[in-house]
Amino acid sequence: MKLLKIAAYTTALFSLTAMNAQAGTLEDVQARGELNCVVSTGIAGFAAPNEDGRWEGFDIDFCRAVAAAVLGDGEKVKFVPATTKNRFTVLNSGEGDILFRNTTETMSRDADLKLTFLPVNYYDGQGFMIRKELGVESAKDLDGASICIQTGTTTELNLADFFRTNGISYEPVAIETNEEGIANYGGNRCDVYTTDASGLASTRAALEDPSAHIILPEIISKEPLGGAVRHGDDQWADIGKWVVNAIIAAEELGITSENVEELAAAPQENPNINRLLGTESDMGAMIGLDPQWAVRAIKAVGNYAEIFDRTIGPDTAIGLERGLNAQWTDGGILYAAPIR
Amino acid sequence: MTDTVQNYKPGEHPSLPPPSNTVGPIAWIRENLFSSPTNIVLTLVCAWLLYKVVPGSLNWMFFDAAFTGEDRNACKAVADGACWAFIGERLALFTYGFYPAEQRWRVNLSFILLIAAIIPVLFDNIPFRKYGLIYSALFPFIAGWLLIGGFGLEPVPTSEFGGLMLTLVIGVTGIAFSLPIGILLALGRVSNLPLIKMICVGFIEFIRGVPLITLLFIASTMLSYFLPPGTNFDLLLRVLIMVTIFAAAYMAEVIRGGLQAIPKGQFEGADSLGLKYWQTMRLIILPQALKISIPGIVNTFIGLFKDTTLVVIIGLLDPLGIGRASLADTKWTGLSTEVYLFVALFFFVSCFAMSRYSLYLESKLDTGHKR
Repeated sequence: MKLLKIAAYTTALFSLTAMNAQAGTLEDVQARGELNCVVSTGIAGFAAPNEDGRWEGFDIDFCRAVAAAVLGDGEKVKFVPATTKNRFTVLNSGEGDILFRNTTETMSRDADLKLTFLPVNYYDGQGFMIRKELGVESAKDLDGASICIQTGTTTELNLADFFRTNGISYEPVAIETNEEGIANYGGNRCDVYTTDASGLASTRAALEDPSAHIILPEIISKEPLGGAVRHGDDQWADIGKWVVNAIIAAEELGITSENVEELAAAPQENPNINRLLGTESDMGAMIGLDPQWAVRAIKAVGNYAEIFDRTIGPDTAIGLERGLNAQWTDGGILYAAPIR
Repeated sequence: MTDTVQNYKPGEHPSLPPPSNTVGPIAWIRENLFSSPTNIVLTLVCAWLLYKVVPGSLNWMFFDAAFTGEDRNACKAVADGACWAFIGERLALFTYGFYPAEQRWRVNLSFILLIAAIIPVLFDNIPFRKYGLIYSALFPFIAGWLLIGGFGLEPVPTSEFGGLMLTLVIGVTGIAFSLPIGILLALGRVSNLPLIKMICVGFIEFIRGVPLITLLFIASTMLSYFLPPGTNFDLLLRVLIMVTIFAAAYMAEVIRGGLQAIPKGQFEGADSLGLKYWQTMRLIILPQALKISIPGIVNTFIGLFKDTTLVVIIGLLDPLGIGRASLADTKWTGLSTEVYLFVALFFFVSCFAMSRYSLYLESKLDTGHKR
């Protein structure tokens, strides 16, 4: 009985310390002078170090935007590479302050893993890639296929759902990273490779003969990818949320990294621009930052279109189209909440 | 019929050459490759395998490989084989990780100092070895200062460490500290003092009963839950501690094996000379026990050195991690074979060197008791 009591007290104490560690992330980050951003150990276009060891990619740019808003310098980021398996532990244990890691927002991750998701910055969906020579034209014909699948991801669960609802069977080949996926699929160790459509496009580009592979038309899941922070610090979550919104809104309002300083120098005619850039009503104070927060974020990495085109857009090796990720005004579903 | 018979006096017959079928390459081949039906089959199978594998790999690796190029397409344009330009372009990243470029001389200097520090430890016939050993003992602190900075040097956070340098930091620290700790644990485990024995047995069994990866996970994530908020306990330091105690637990068991091989007479002889416990151990027991344990010790070292790749799972980028991350570079995607071969080569060279040194040490310390 006594032992039980001690155990209860210890647990309480630990959860208390854990809670304490979670409060005041903004102060912690500013005191440290560095943002710990949880990223992937390497996903083409989204996060990868270049030959000089500088991290680049779509997710990386969002990390830099937050760092620029909070610390005034997009370079003050320490990237904490995490695998699909340990990413949430790293975030929840306080090793990382914020996570931009190609991560799908789901209810269980939000509620059960105690994450607060930031606005979706990339709408993705799971697809299949297969060799042309196998003559398969629909995912429903994949009965008995061996499928390379990353463990610990939503794609793993979607795959099981899809095959169960269609009453067909498959043989999973578990892999850890996308590179392993390329190697296994390229080496004929599985018939099919499945992951998010964005990942498939980059994987296909990396294969020996891209034209020998097709991406099947079925998209079997919704994969809204977004950043996340841990539960328990709403102010910090707000910062992440509004930095992402500011980046998306900047495109809509025509603010780019080129013209942002000019637009922020004096109030413009469009009050939306003024509110975002801090020349009218101090929005930054509401999230504990100064009025110039969004200016710095946009200056550091550009607006959504600039980030997209630089990292994964049609002119890059990944070659993704905007598709769903176009602004709502251009037929996409990217829709930033108003900053006012 | 001419008489070619020559007569020699007993003992004066000159030595004749051996029969031609017992010397030369043909004889060697017959004896070693085709001496029995089984061997003939094995030889043919091996020859066929070599024929299948070697020319293709050599072609891929050297003759048809691209050594320069801007990106993968440039490689593809000039050659069908390996694209070593990738490794070439990222060599600095593989070596230094994210260490700031203008501070990399510190890593180079540490490496040179490391070699200088290893020599007195490895070889006992060099001049001024005594001073050399003092320097070797101080080396970890010098290297720590050089790499991390402070006291006049610009500080570099350990999160910037990566690549081969990270492997060496973890490997060398683990090796340097696990041996002494392992010796103490082994002595503690065979000690007559119940308390010490209990602590050592408990420690060894606990650590050996847990996979290294679990310890690393505890180090990387769980510790932050337990430590008071605001404590910032360097991740690399935590990893170093975990790797060291893990290797020390294995080391203790290897050395205990050596200790058990020492006949009781040696202990009794030491007692009869009036030697104290530490004198007995230092002068009589340990030199013999350690000599017996050399293969096991080096085995543990090699295992430890290779285990350092596990740190990739907690987000430290050793050569393997750098390689994986590099593969995500859109300029170079799909070159995994090159990366893994390069990393394998690095580990092979390091581990093979350790293995050869252990053979040298064994033959040097051989006192004729070998079987």
